[in-house]
Amino acid sequence: MSVLLSFVFGLIFGLGLIVSGMSNPAKIIGFLDLAGVWDPSLIFVMAGAIAIGIVAFTLARRRERSLLGAPMQLPTARDIDRRLVAGSALFGIGWGLAGICPGPALVLLGSGSAKGIVFTLALLAGMALFEVQQRMRQAASHSPDV
Amino acid sequence: MTIDWIHFTPLSALTGGLLIGLSAALLILYNGRIAGISGIVGGLLQRLQTGDVGWRAAFVLGLVLAPVLYRAAAVLPEIRIDAGWAVLLLAGVLVGYGARLGSGCTSGHGVCGLSRLSPRSLVATLTFMATGFITVYAIRHLFT
Repeated sequence: MSVLLSFVFGLIFGLGLIVSGMSNPAKIIGFLDLAGVWDPSLIFVMAGAIAIGIVAFTLARRRERSLLGAPMQLPTARDIDRRLVAGSALFGIGWGLAGICPGPALVLLGSGSAKGIVFTLALLAGMALFEVQQRMRQAASHSPDV
Repeated sequence: MTIDWIHFTPLSALTGGLLIGLSAALLILYNGRIAGISGIVGGLLQRLQTGDVGWRAAFVLGLVLAPVLYRAAAVLPEIRIDAGWAVLLLAGVLVGYGARLGSGCTSGHGVCGLSRLSPRSLVATLTFMATGFITVYAIRHLFT
């Protein structure tokens, strides 16, 4: 049941990206180009999403279990550290270079765009690189207890 | 600052935004999970053995099939990617690696995090917007 619903929710998210115009990288670049002719559409997308999000997360915080009985997994991290800022900074540079972030990348993949497919593969490679680095770090810190 | 009135689409942007918010709302209320795309995809690369795979794969499949469904009913809106192949590869790696290092992206920090009024997500969002603005400024106005 939760898997089927997840599929539907992913579909709604993807349709939202298409309807909002955010799956068109040129539109993202139009937003990020403050010094050129500026397209503020992304702010309206965020406003619409957050308007619903605030209500949903307020309700979610009052519950220990979801409507399907799953544990409510709200983020607990609070620290604003170098990792958060460095990661976000790198993310923003990549976002500015292509005009694509992870959600739209998957929509572009599904639309059959060749450039979208290449970007998604590079995105997965970047994520895999992070996983490998994490595992190497963990292995280094746990090495004595073999 | 000049507003691009030709490409500015407040109504469809707001409508699409409401759909994105609805999806995030349903995922947290029904599944107890955050609709952060980089976290959902990253989790698939992280722990392929556990039972956590199903909902993640299903959500990703929904995203990928959204344009297929949309196309069955209407013509897909324009997709224009100006970046060349080499830039796309570099950008993809930066977006993937950066989102995992920074624990989130435009959806996880930008939509869900700001909805939770998380200071951490606000810092992340302001940071990637700032470097995004600077990057586009450099490409469009310094090096061309």
